[in-house]
Amino acid sequence: MIDIQHVSKTFITGKNKVEALKDVSLKVNKGEIFGVIGYSGAGKSTLIRCVNLLEHPTSGKVLVDGTDILKLNRAGLRKLRRKIGMIFQGYNLLETANVYDNVAIPLKLEGVPKKEIKARADKYLRIVGLTDRSKAYPSQLSGGQKQRVAIARALAHEPEVLLSDEATSALDPTTTDSILELLLKVNRELGITIFLITHELNVIQRICDRVAVMEQGRIVEAGTVVDVFTQPKKQLTRQFVRNESNFKIPDEIYKDLLKTGELVSLTFLGESAKDPALATLARKFEVLPSIIAGGIDQLKDQSIGNLLVHLKGETGQIHDAVAYLKAQNIIVEKVTG
Amino acid sequence: MAEFINQWGDAIWQGFIQTMQMTVISLVLSVLVGIPLGVSLILTRKGGQAENPGLYAVLNAIINVIRSIPFIILLFLILPVTKLIAGTTIGVQGVIFPLVVSCAPYVARLMESAMLEVDHGVIEAYQSMGISTTKIVWYVIIREARSPMILGLTIAAIGLIGETAMAGLVGAGGLGDLAYQFGYTRFQPDVMYAVIIVLIVIVQIIQSLGNAFARGLKKN
Repeated sequence: MIDIQHVSKTFITGKNKVEALKDVSLKVNKGEIFGVIGYSGAGKSTLIRCVNLLEHPTSGKVLVDGTDILKLNRAGLRKLRRKIGMIFQGYNLLETANVYDNVAIPLKLEGVPKKEIKARADKYLRIVGLTDRSKAYPSQLSGGQKQRVAIARALAHEPEVLLSDEATSALDPTTTDSILELLLKVNRELGITIFLITHELNVIQRICDRVAVMEQGRIVEAGTVVDVFTQPKKQLTRQFVRNESNFKIPDEIYKDLLKTGELVSLTFLGESAKDPALATLARKFEVLPSIIAGGIDQLKDQSIGNLLVHLKGETGQIHDAVAYLKAQNIIVEKVTG
Repeated sequence: MAEFINQWGDAIWQGFIQTMQMTVISLVLSVLVGIPLGVSLILTRKGGQAENPGLYAVLNAIINVIRSIPFIILLFLILPVTKLIAGTTIGVQGVIFPLVVSCAPYVARLMESAMLEVDHGVIEAYQSMGISTTKIVWYVIIREARSPMILGLTIAAIGLIGETAMAGLVGAGGLGDLAYQFGYTRFQPDVMYAVIIVLIVIVQIIQSLGNAFARGLKKN
């Protein structure tokens, strides 16, 4: 659906040259939710803005639904943009127009017939759950409600793709959840492909199918959310994932535990979570496992279990035990404090 | 009191009408020139929707030059052009053109700063929906800026009333002229005070109307 090929973008301000994007390539498939995560300044925003040419790439190619968008003329670009909805961190609503008009005015400017405008505005305000607020002005709405209006406005164009530029970053956790829920519904029920950027892992975790991790204008890691989550390869990705499911164990305890055996972190997903692996371990090997900490990360379609386990026993036995766990499709990592 | 009104009522009324004529006509024409000029400024400036540094620099310079010239000088400086355009250089008809020349760039600046206040994100959101720049100017920028634009026009209108006082010099009459001719030149301070009171009332009314109108348009 979106095919970004070797895109670079350099901003020149006076004598300063900033390379916001360096040879970025990625593909967003039809029907999926693709997320790009990175700290601020990583180039995410520039990247997403290249998809509807709010920003022009310095080099590279951007294909949307097979069309090379850099070759479009003005009218062609306007037409293309109508297929791509976009929502923003700052909502970007008309302050002087009520909720209904915020959805209806862009349709009017596009030349949609009057009857159709009313039908669509009503329909999408219902989908985002704001039918009863249609006469309210943005200043009377909460952040979450404003973002819902913005989503309704984007959907009313009946786009094939929705771009989300940090849409939940200004919202509190509960409101973020409800907006993510709404995006998931939009993706599943209306079949709209979503390409989003965020600095919140939670967003990736909750709704994305695939993810790319960006740092200093480059994509450093990409893959399905489950893979990137359970087996992060790059330092930065680990940082993101660990921040989320970090077991904070005091150093003292670490030291004590390491004297009598080894500490391992176990990651379970899917089928591997169903077998009583630790109990089997105790029976089969001369190893006593004890659970130090644990938690579950809920991903879009799957949960990941994390356990921090202390294995008490001799080195040889522990080695065999770890090999056994790995054979059970459990991801095992040694923890060294 | 009754005697004063008897003696001066007609003159003050006539001055009021002339001042209003000059102000309203000049303001309308200044808006017709100033708003497009203001729009051109925001579109051609750096980062605008039709970025054009050359054109921006030219417009910017013209506006600054005209705004640097005091109205009373401008009035005489452009006399030949006034004669050409208005057919006369005296009376209300002869003063409208210089008033517009002086006021339109001012209006353009006021409109520019009002329109610059519009959140760039909203403009971008409309661009991202594939909406043309012309429509964005009308339905987003001017719509969102209408409240500060009205306040700007209120300021311009009050400024114009001040400038019409100098119009007396080319025989256009008006309240300012009346106060000057009789109050100052002929030592009749009561006429001057009366005119000042009328001017204060006019300015108050314009400012209050402008404020109320702007508040009504703001919606937040």
